[in-house]
Amino acid sequence: MNYYEEESYSSFNIKPWLKLSRFFKPYRRKIIGLVLFMFLTASMDLSIPLFQKYAVDNFIVRDTLEGINGFIALYIGALVTMALSVTIFARLAIEVEMHIGKDLRKEIFEHLQNLSLSYYNTTPVGYILARTLSDTNRIGAMIAWGLVDVFWSLAYVIGAFIAMFMLNSRLALVVGMVIPIMALITVYFQNKILSASRKLRKVNSKMTGSFNEGITGAKTSKTLVIEDKNLFEFKDLSSEMKFTAVRLARLNALYIPIIIFFGSVLTALVLARGGRLAMEQIIQIGTLSAFLSYAVNIFEPIQQLARTLAEVISLQANIERVTDLLDQEPLIKDSEDVVKIYGDNINPKKENWEEIKGEIEFKNVTFKYPDGDEEVLKNFNLHIPAGTNIAIVGETGAGKSTLVNLACRFFEPTGGQILIDGKDYRERSQLWLHSNIGYVLQSPHLFSGTIKENIRYGKLDATDEDIIKAAKIVSVDIIINKLENGYNSNVGEGGDRLSTGEKQLISIARAILADPKIFVLDEATSSVDTNTERLIQKGIEYLLKGRTSFIIAHRLSTVKKADIILVVNDGKIIERGTHKGLIAKRGHYYNLYTKQFEEEKTLELFGEIPSANKD
Amino acid sequence: MKDSDFIIISKLSKGFIKFFYISAAATIVKVAASFAVPQVIRFTVDHVIDDVPLNYAKPVMNIIDAVGGVEFLKENLWLLAFLVLVLALITGVSDYIGRITVAKGTEGIIKSIRDKLFEHIQKLPYSWHIKNQTGDIIQRSTSDVEVVRNFLSTQLVEMFRTIMLVVISLVLMFSMNFKLTLAVLIFIPIVVLYSTIFYGILAKKFLAADEAEGQLFTTIQENLTGVRVVRAFGREKYEIEKFSQRNITFSDLWVKLGYQLGYYWGLGDLVTGLLLMAIVVYGSYFTVNGVITLGEFLAFASYTGMIAWPLRSFGRILSEFSKTKVSLKRICEIIREPEEFESPDACTPDIYKDIEFKNVTFKYEGDIPVLNNVSFKIKAGTTFAILGGTGSGKTTLMHLLNRLYDLPGDTGSITIGGVDIKNIKREHLRKNIGMVLQEPFLFSRTIKDNIKIAWPEASIDEIKGAASIARVDESIEEFSKGYDTIVGERGVTLSGGQKQRVAIARMLLQNTPVMVFDDSLSAVDADTDAKIRSSLKRRKGYSTTILISHRITTLMESDTILVLDKGKVSDIGTHEELINRDGIYKDIFNVQMNLSEDL
Repeated sequence: MNYYEEESYSSFNIKPWLKLSRFFKPYRRKIIGLVLFMFLTASMDLSIPLFQKYAVDNFIVRDTLEGINGFIALYIGALVTMALSVTIFARLAIEVEMHIGKDLRKEIFEHLQNLSLSYYNTTPVGYILARTLSDTNRIGAMIAWGLVDVFWSLAYVIGAFIAMFMLNSRLALVVGMVIPIMALITVYFQNKILSASRKLRKVNSKMTGSFNEGITGAKTSKTLVIEDKNLFEFKDLSSEMKFTAVRLARLNALYIPIIIFFGSVLTALVLARGGRLAMEQIIQIGTLSAFLSYAVNIFEPIQQLARTLAEVISLQANIERVTDLLDQEPLIKDSEDVVKIYGDNINPKKENWEEIKGEIEFKNVTFKYPDGDEEVLKNFNLHIPAGTNIAIVGETGAGKSTLVNLACRFFEPTGGQILIDGKDYRERSQLWLHSNIGYVLQSPHLFSGTIKENIRYGKLDATDEDIIKAAKIVSVDIIINKLENGYNSNVGEGGDRLSTGEKQLISIARAILADPKIFVLDEATSSVDTNTERLIQKGIEYLLKGRTSFIIAHRLSTVKKADIILVVNDGKIIERGTHKGLIAKRGHYYNLYTKQFEEEKTLELFGEIPSANKD
Repeated sequence: MKDSDFIIISKLSKGFIKFFYISAAATIVKVAASFAVPQVIRFTVDHVIDDVPLNYAKPVMNIIDAVGGVEFLKENLWLLAFLVLVLALITGVSDYIGRITVAKGTEGIIKSIRDKLFEHIQKLPYSWHIKNQTGDIIQRSTSDVEVVRNFLSTQLVEMFRTIMLVVISLVLMFSMNFKLTLAVLIFIPIVVLYSTIFYGILAKKFLAADEAEGQLFTTIQENLTGVRVVRAFGREKYEIEKFSQRNITFSDLWVKLGYQLGYYWGLGDLVTGLLLMAIVVYGSYFTVNGVITLGEFLAFASYTGMIAWPLRSFGRILSEFSKTKVSLKRICEIIREPEEFESPDACTPDIYKDIEFKNVTFKYEGDIPVLNNVSFKIKAGTTFAILGGTGSGKTTLMHLLNRLYDLPGDTGSITIGGVDIKNIKREHLRKNIGMVLQEPFLFSRTIKDNIKIAWPEASIDEIKGAASIARVDESIEEFSKGYDTIVGERGVTLSGGQKQRVAIARMLLQNTPVMVFDDSLSAVDADTDAKIRSSLKRRKGYSTTILISHRITTLMESDTILVLDKGKVSDIGTHEELINRDGIYKDIFNVQMNLSEDL
């Protein structure tokens, strides 16, 4: 079909632009205003040489200063108009730029909040960040300033020609001859320059990676004595960088003089031809000088026009990246009926939410990860009465989080059902479930802000007293009070001003505040000091009491206390039962357990509290 | 005395300065040629097209006569047009030379800065790496270098060109008319001052806007990395509100900045416009009064137009200059840090000798010693095991042996074959001590390249042999690309155990007389652990092996076992000896061997 051919053969495609047009619509008045003021600015720019011409023709040639006061007043008037119009169009341009960018970012961010977790599992954070920030910035900037540049240049060029034709059409034709050549040269070089700068950016990011590796791998490089080898390889990269940068500079260095040269051809032509006409008294000398001024000034706008057009075309890549992200469909969606009753993520209808008890049932559940090719669960059945503690054990990378992902509805079963309080969880909204889940991650994730804000994340309408109460339960209260600003201390980016142990305690307090019916704990593997470890255990014990819980466990003490233990290997659940039963079985659990036990006991003998093994 | 920033940069720029001289020369030619064009136009308009009498110095008159006088030029106007073209050609060529030499000079200096930074970072002591944050070092090595590059390649040239333009145009203008030049002269400080002040104000706003962008970035990043927390607490709405607020703050700051820029541009246009107007008005006045000719008037107007714009950019250049100074300082701070110290008479003895730690006491930054008077001896060719808890100081022992840290003067000694390791060349020492670290680091390249990284000549068979001893060959073969699988950031993620085993293979290929396994079998199961050890046993008599672990089965077959507890030697002996006397080792052994009782 023709339609498809067009898509694959033409490099310019209007479709992504149309998709984005709704973002421009709210600002169409500003955009129109912008264009109008652009024209005003350009026409003022054009009128300035006319003042000079007027001065030459009416004062100098006539040898009189009559009417110079009116001339000055008019001149100043033009300059002020110009200054005002520049100021106004700059305001409009920045408003258009930032507002379009802002709306795009908002839309993307909201969209990201609805995308399924599987999207995050397969998409690097850097990739999403680039789309949310750099691409939107560039789109906003190019729409606003690209418009400015295009219209200004266009207006200037057209205006200059009109003026020139009015002054003398034959001379104007002479000037017109050179324009297409300059435009062609610009387009040719601009394409080369764009691709060279793309290459430069690529090499540059490789080099950043190389620095990163040189720094994070310093210890290893030292022990292997490969510093010189690393340097040698780095020098290859920095040489490539130098080569590419010089190549890019060479393109620019060629392009600009060529344009200057063609501009001078214009000047020379006007001088030769116009000089002759002036000598023959066909044109006035003032006309010639105005002409010369146009000829000198016209090539900057022409370059600008060609350059901007090339950039606008390259903007398509950014637009495609953004629309691709916006076109991503969330894998897990609440059905329309569910939204009608329970509301969506942003506008929940809490009045219709049922109280949750926390009974979970996996009924003939079959599951395959969207990016996997094997069914990791097949007709899996498990009934979890409210308040049951489930421990999931297995080696790193064995697939321990699958069950948690399903229970939390981060993923949905590909076959069978998961019932919560006896009802398929797809019949209720995601937010309903999520609002009833508490989650403590292996590597605790805090948000920049104060400690108070971080704990409050568990329950947004909590009072300060509630927050302190939760902190007291895990005894992190004492630690917090020792900090200079207490609960108002800033935790730093990702919480990096706090120790791992402190972060864990705060994330537990956060979960306690949420008072969830279902609690998920991904036990930490990193070791913390003895005292903190004791506090963490205490907090977790509090959370486990009376709640349905899933623990991705690393510590034996936690595992032993669980009501049901599930052993995972290679993504599949291979054993299930109680601690006693599984030990007696002498299977996989037994092996895991003994290895773990060895290590914990050894550390205990060295006077340490058992912490989990390190990977 | 430490080198100043200036000396450091001069050293790094060596050999590239000449490019800047050439560029400066080319710039002078270019500016001169571009000035000649208005002169030619002026001459043409005044004397050829109009009939103003000639009034030049003798040499110029001679030239005019030589080409045939004004009358001849009137008939052959193309000659003057041709002259304009020739001048344009000279401008073009010198412009090209000016640009390309600056690019070569800049990129050359930048490459030597980058290479120096990379080399220096590699050679800085390990303690420096521990103290400094990766992000900060990377920022200095990339963004700050970029600021310097930008300054050298653009601002510096721009500054020189502007100064040349202003100087030449002023000289030419003075030669034409003194009073009219004064009018221009009054405007110069106004334009420069105004743009400098404005850029000062804008710089602050830029900073605020950058910070807002940083916050916005963090908000998005934390939302993405913490997506599970957000979802699990059902906080989508809250996140959107938080984001929106920062999104608006960020946009508003930029909009305000844009407003300022608008004022700056508008006002700038007004000031330069007024300057030009002043020239036109006074010029008309002077011309009408016969002080200057029409041609001179036109030349004046065109020179003023030429310098008006570059003058305005001066403010920006000045603010860039101060930014560059800060960046240079940050770069030089790294370069000024001393590299690992090596005594000039360091030797390269045989490392396959007895290793002795004598009264070693060591502490890192704090006051509490990590090692307290530790003494022991490792006989060449034997297997030596160290058992200890976290923080017992066992890894520190290996840091010291490998000279990642040096023992301060009087806190004991470490000798190999009687030679203090401080007198052994660091490179020689490390090349002969293979080490598998607790948390091994793999480079983001293929598995094959990782294994042979320290010995690039290794054949594929040797690589596979090492992988097989380390019991990682099967896992590698399972990848679709096998040994050509890229690991790390750009490739597949290996599990902890797989990483450890690749690191073991990497060390085996080094074939060193001393091999250290620093808790490096912790992530592999007991079975694989045993298999790896039995493969290693075949190398007994060729290598001294040091095993660090807290798994008794890993250690029990060693020739000597050292029990390290809180930085002190708690016990030392063979397995048999240790289980027959009371102590931590016996307790641990009992616990580990009699698990079933506890189950």
